[in-house]
Amino acid sequence: MANVTLRNVRKTYSGGFEAIKGVNVDVGDGQFCVLVGPSGCGKSTLLRMVAGLETVTGGEIDIGGKVVNGIEPADRDIAMVFQNYALYPHMSVFNNMAYGLRNRGMPEAEIKTRVEEAARVLELSAMLERKPRQLSGGQRQRVAMGRAIVRQPKVFLFDEPLSNLDAKLRISMRVEIRKLQRRLNVTSIYVTHDQLEAMTLADILVVMNGGQVEQVGNPLAIYEKPATTFVASFIGAPPMNLMSTRQDEIKSQLGGAAGEAGILGIRPEDLVITDQTPSGGVALSLTVDAIERVGAETFVYGSRAQDEQRVAATPGELPPGEVIVRIPGTEAPAIGARIRVAAVRNKLHLFSGDGRTRIEV
Amino acid sequence: MQKQAIFQSKLLPYALVAPQLAIVLIFFYWPALQAVIQSFLLQDAFGLSTSFVWFENYLELFSEPAYFETVVRTFFFSFAIATSSLSVALLLAVMADKPLRGGAVYRTLLIWPYAVAPPVVGVLWVFMLHPSLGVLSRYLRAAGIEWNPLLDGNQAATLVILAAAWKQISYNFLFFLAGLAAIPKSVLEAAAIDGARPMRRFWTVTFPLLSPTIFFLLVVNIVYAFFDTFGIIDTMTRGGPGTSTVTLVYKVYNDGLIGGNLGSSAAQSVILMIMVIVLTGIQFRFVERKVTY
Repeated sequence: MANVTLRNVRKTYSGGFEAIKGVNVDVGDGQFCVLVGPSGCGKSTLLRMVAGLETVTGGEIDIGGKVVNGIEPADRDIAMVFQNYALYPHMSVFNNMAYGLRNRGMPEAEIKTRVEEAARVLELSAMLERKPRQLSGGQRQRVAMGRAIVRQPKVFLFDEPLSNLDAKLRISMRVEIRKLQRRLNVTSIYVTHDQLEAMTLADILVVMNGGQVEQVGNPLAIYEKPATTFVASFIGAPPMNLMSTRQDEIKSQLGGAAGEAGILGIRPEDLVITDQTPSGGVALSLTVDAIERVGAETFVYGSRAQDEQRVAATPGELPPGEVIVRIPGTEAPAIGARIRVAAVRNKLHLFSGDGRTRIEV
Repeated sequence: MQKQAIFQSKLLPYALVAPQLAIVLIFFYWPALQAVIQSFLLQDAFGLSTSFVWFENYLELFSEPAYFETVVRTFFFSFAIATSSLSVALLLAVMADKPLRGGAVYRTLLIWPYAVAPPVVGVLWVFMLHPSLGVLSRYLRAAGIEWNPLLDGNQAATLVILAAAWKQISYNFLFFLAGLAAIPKSVLEAAAIDGARPMRRFWTVTFPLLSPTIFFLLVVNIVYAFFDTFGIIDTMTRGGPGTSTVTLVYKVYNDGLIGGNLGSSAAQSVILMIMVIVLTGIQFRFVERKVTY
């Protein structure tokens, strides 16, 4: 049981490349923290620094009230689940789970109790004598989990543990991980590039980009009030529609200070097809380009003819002038049709022109 | 699974493998067959008459105590060369596997000795350890060791083993390096997090995962020590002093080309041939299984 606190953590490689540019995160005891961001944003590096697999070149990492910067991974009392599971291929499932306990000189009888308990929880009891190569991907994943939980560490670290599984298994394992973590109540840090995993697992969500933290907070709070255009387009699928406020059509509808903000963001789910304009809201005219029906809902891709001012927002950036509308059911306008969509005032997100600051008007 | 190629003509596939088959038959099977035939023949001292003697050459060989001494000596040499070159190479590979500055240069330099021909290796070591000329001999004598491999059989044997092992280190190093590179880094990281210190990590994770490589190299090194040390022995000691550095292969050469006893020499070759077939058989069985863990 421990807090994990990162204070102005930095990582600069010998070549001068700055992978982590000063990160501050505070994960409370028993909380589930998810680091999310596009590939190359430094999330895995940060996790490996917490594990002690990468050196820290600046700042402090604090686990349970103790700065661990110079401490060996073995002495940090952490357990890690790797993306490729990193099972010991020459050891049976039992020995894979027992290895960490044996290294710490635990009596064999207790090792047996702990491993069998973990195997029972993870439904691995029947395969304790098998070698990793005789297991399926999902089973290997569970062995990796078992290896972490038998140790009863202060902190669990997960490095994209589900990305090698197929979509269906990923969802069920995601739920399993969350249930297990709740039950064991062990502080966890989880790295993923999948925003859905991030949203569903996290108590605290850390959105990273280019070695920096873009926003930290409760996942729903981040969804409702993204701090930057990066977060706005990264969290939520399909991504938020972003457009310049400087165009006459939008500027006149927003009016006043809001019209001067720079960038307007509207989530696809907040747009409705209607001929009316809600007071204080924004209405847009679109030509329907494409329709995606996924059963319960339909995505309408439309373009605004007059929008020529490109608003940059990586990743998942929409082509300039393209707007996605998410509507329930399967009823959708025809391709090529001209429609009007609108969003109410309190569903509008405003950002400064560079996308770095959220503006509340 | 390899797909089967489909040929229109039935003759074409045979024609395509014919050159390879011809080479194998003419240059490998034909001489081998000659050796087998020769091993059943006995020539008189002047090479004027030859008679077929069935297994007499073999029987004579097995009744000869010197032959058994050579067998034991060869096995001892092989064991000593294989273990020393394997352990030194493994140590070097483990150290070179670490992220070092200039690691590529270090690794390349360690591979160079493999390019040195065995007789040259022999000459090199002879000069370094020559009783009157050698650089190292002077230090040994200064340390109070009576060093003269030209007279002392054990010292001569040590010298041959050293030189032969030294030459093989590069080869083993290369394979160990590849073997180490094939071990996923994350497995070692997991072991580190699991509380295993570097030494324990090596013996419980790295070493078992290297075991297929180690086994493969063990067979290769034994074969090397059996057959390829001829050049080293010939330039360093010519089997002497006495017969203290005569191995099975050197004895084939000595008895046949120097002693003129072609029948016995051929019989010895056939025995060596059987040994190498057995060794290769063992190797293929394990290599095909790929993993031994």
